[in-house]
Amino acid sequence: MGVIRSLKRNFTGLLKKLLNKKSARIGIYGPPNAGKTTLANRILRDWTGDAMGSVSNVAHETRRARRREGVTIKGNGNSLSLDIIDTPGLATKIDFHEFMEQGMSEAESKRRAKEATEGVIEAVKWLENLDGIILVMDATEDPFTQVNVTVIGNMEARGLPLLIAANKIDREDSSPSTIREAFPQHPLVAISALEGKNIDTLYEEIAKRFG
Amino acid sequence: MDLLSEDRLARMSPVEKVRFIIDEVKNGKILVLERGLSPEEEANLIEMTMTQIAPDEFSGIEMETYPAHETKSFLGKLFNKGPKGRLTLIGPADQLKTLKKDRDMITALVSSNR
Repeated sequence: MGVIRSLKRNFTGLLKKLLNKKSARIGIYGPPNAGKTTLANRILRDWTGDAMGSVSNVAHETRRARRREGVTIKGNGNSLSLDIIDTPGLATKIDFHEFMEQGMSEAESKRRAKEATEGVIEAVKWLENLDGIILVMDATEDPFTQVNVTVIGNMEARGLPLLIAANKIDREDSSPSTIREAFPQHPLVAISALEGKNIDTLYEEIAKRFG
Repeated sequence: MDLLSEDRLARMSPVEKVRFIIDEVKNGKILVLERGLSPEEEANLIEMTMTQIAPDEFSGIEMETYPAHETKSFLGKLFNKGPKGRLTLIGPADQLKTLKKDRDMITALVSSNR
């Protein structure tokens, strides 16, 4: 079954390329607080004038996947229509005590933790239904997290394109080169989703990789 | 701590593997998998872990593995011969903490306090 599914997936991809279909369903993935929703908001503001969702310094602010269809972006003379899915932060553990440390009540923290677990499940399920991924990494953090390793492994196993956005380069302690050295086999663009730094380069790469 | 050979896990179906790991970790075991899990199994393990999280009982797992080597051959990619898993450490999040990790080395702290 796995072989048949794999062949179907690969030939579907090949067919899309042959038909020159310029649309793609792209997931924005990464650990909590990497800046996924900030990037989704930036993309939507730049190309539709709208926003995807609220952002916060407290982890797991996004606890349900949000989808925006038909976002047309342009880069390198190419035009590409994207369905963008902003996913909840992936994690292997969620402890409600961490939310209490941020000043939330116990009941609120437990509710947020419960919603966060559901969000992670939703994010994992979306992996099966994408044409590619923008993996957002916090360039001030160690890139060898299990979430990054698992997402990259899944994309490689499925043969789907992946673009790494090394985010938060507006911060002095950021080191996108550490991420580049960690995952040299994948294209990387160093950006600040918050300030829009290098965002045009990201759009060019999106048009190139997912078009 | 249990060190599990590649052969032991190879005898299990993907669902059995994930169920076995979750059950052992919830019982406080720390597992070292000789060959690790496939990326899809890792994703399934994360998904099932989330269903098991309960306040003050189980807050999840700590899982650490090295980045996999990518399959380079055309036939390997065509037939979904994905990257082979590498040595993997899995334990309860309240007992196992990763201190440092790079491409070829993982430093972790194991605590017996629950």
